[in-house]
Amino acid sequence: MIKVLPQLIITQFKLFFREPGVVFWSFGFPVLMAWVLGIAFANKGESLRIIALVPSQFQAATDFPEWLYEKTGNSEAQAQTDSSLFWKIQNRAGKQAHFRFRMMTMDQAVLALKRGQITLWIEIKPDSGMIYRFDPQNSESRLTYLLLDAAFQKPEALEQKTEVLPITAVGSRFIDFLVPGLMAMSIMNACLWGIGWNLVELRIKKLLRRMVATPLNKSIFLLSHLLNRMMLAAAELLFLYVFVYFYFDITIQGSLVALLLVFVSGHTAFSGIAILISSRVQNTQSGNGLINAVSMPMMIFSGIFFSYHNFPDWVIPYVEVFPLTLLANSLRGIITEGIGLAEVIGPATSLFGIGAVCFALGLKLYRWH
Amino acid sequence: MTIEVRNVCKSFKDVDAVRNVNLRVESGEAVALLGPNGAGKTTLVEMIEGVQTPDSGDIQILGKNWQKDEHFLRKEIGLALQETRFQDRLTVEETLGMFASFYNLCHERTNEVLEIIQLESKRSTWVVQLSGGQRQRLALGIAILPSPKILILDEPTTGLDPNARRDLWKILEDFKSSGSTLILTTHYMEEAEFLCERIVMMNQGEILAEGSLKQLLDKFGEGDLIEYEIKGNFSTQEVKALPGVLTSRWNTETAQGRLTVNSISETLPHFLDLIKISAVTLKSLECRRRTLDDLFLAMSGRHLDD
Repeated sequence: MIKVLPQLIITQFKLFFREPGVVFWSFGFPVLMAWVLGIAFANKGESLRIIALVPSQFQAATDFPEWLYEKTGNSEAQAQTDSSLFWKIQNRAGKQAHFRFRMMTMDQAVLALKRGQITLWIEIKPDSGMIYRFDPQNSESRLTYLLLDAAFQKPEALEQKTEVLPITAVGSRFIDFLVPGLMAMSIMNACLWGIGWNLVELRIKKLLRRMVATPLNKSIFLLSHLLNRMMLAAAELLFLYVFVYFYFDITIQGSLVALLLVFVSGHTAFSGIAILISSRVQNTQSGNGLINAVSMPMMIFSGIFFSYHNFPDWVIPYVEVFPLTLLANSLRGIITEGIGLAEVIGPATSLFGIGAVCFALGLKLYRWH
Repeated sequence: MTIEVRNVCKSFKDVDAVRNVNLRVESGEAVALLGPNGAGKTTLVEMIEGVQTPDSGDIQILGKNWQKDEHFLRKEIGLALQETRFQDRLTVEETLGMFASFYNLCHERTNEVLEIIQLESKRSTWVVQLSGGQRQRLALGIAILPSPKILILDEPTTGLDPNARRDLWKILEDFKSSGSTLILTTHYMEEAEFLCERIVMMNQGEILAEGSLKQLLDKFGEGDLIEYEIKGNFSTQEVKALPGVLTSRWNTETAQGRLTVNSISETLPHFLDLIKISAVTLKSLECRRRTLDDLFLAMSGRHLDD
């Protein structure tokens, strides 16, 4: 006899691995994302800041080093061309502040700022004063301003008392923040697309109605999708973990049992949501739109790539009950902070609850034919 | 009795798809539901299959109904729905194996079915690589997997070329010999004539007529047909007076005519003589027996393939 549950799970595995595109997006893409973002943000401390200098009393760049020395006591600026000057501060400590000044007219500076070529410009007034011009909403511009202002106003304090060191300790880097988020996102996508989208596709092909016109038990059918995707998601996470373990030295600090519980609860929550999403949809456009409508806000607000604490305070209580936030925070806690089972019981219970409610509602609404 | 449909109605929004239909199918009988698109054939068979629920009326199958005995009936009915697309990247054997698991069958049965549907050589071929005829045979294979007492096929040969259609008919002929009951919907009258002892003609959700081909032709369609097209002035009054003519139709715009006659051999020589003496040119001439399509046209004003 051919057993139905193993047969369905094996069938879904075959269908998954016979679609190279799907395999890439599931396994390759999270690794690629971790690599690209990990590298990009690891090198951020050495980025070069380009500043426009709009002179009134200086006629050429070669005058500027002298002025800079007067203002800051720093003589390390190197004139590169007539209109460009390279300067780095805190070179003994962090190496993170590299500046390139370029002589520009006011119009050129405005245009360069619009194009993102400079982060701010400095107008030098005839009375030796300076005006910083930048977008105060732009954090990169604000940081550049602070660095420059500190160098110009308090050179002795910077040189003698302040020291800036780059953070490179495992567990507190951006990649340590990112990887648990990527894992949570993988679980969500595995469920919403792997279960939700597949079920919608079966309905569109009219294969769903053909399958349930047999003695097939509907719960077994849905369970097979859930189990199949759980196994695949576990394999995806393991693949990602092996990569970040060897490439970024990331290790799991907390309890493996807690990790397993959070994984299963997160998968249950998103499987339930996937079944609810797919319960009525009858065409590709609606399916695509609905899955994106559910997943995109969570990807933006749940702190996958950047902390959600940057959002306004009133948003945060809502964001914290998103299933993706619960999952990402729990995974982050286990992997980077080393929390244990007791700390994840609450979020895991919530995730199981979300899954159960959505699953029950989805089954009630489900359009099998 | 295998199937009894009593006073069944089904509507979709503003359309009455099936209107107060009554139908009885005996055990071992092969019945064709014949009619053009939109006649209500698919809705009717899907209600019999338990895929759709009637708005009113009652359907009994093997003495049971869908409300109480769904699991039992699912095992006894094999079916092929219209437009099912199987998974592209599963092989023929894997697709059969998956459906076999739903019926708790063994691998031997999938091999038997592969042989019956003549797809043994394609057992490792992905579904996406099959021709239209092969896909229809696969759908039929899935339908007969559980050796059902009742087989219901919804337009099993639509879109197939004549060879592929005949291949499928051959498989169905063999299946019929096992004594199972067969219901199929079609708008091909040859298919209904070839495979089924009883034909149910449907239009706009109602049954227009039913019976064997001979019964239908005898009851509703008297005589053979002579169809012709001419060039020149022609007196239709003289045509009507020819020996053996039952009715005569003439379309002045197209210069085409149709005679219903008792016997072609009796009337045709006289008709040709009349053409000769009338000094007109005969552009085309077709003599044939009446068909179900003629009957359907007479009853509903539509052709079967409309």
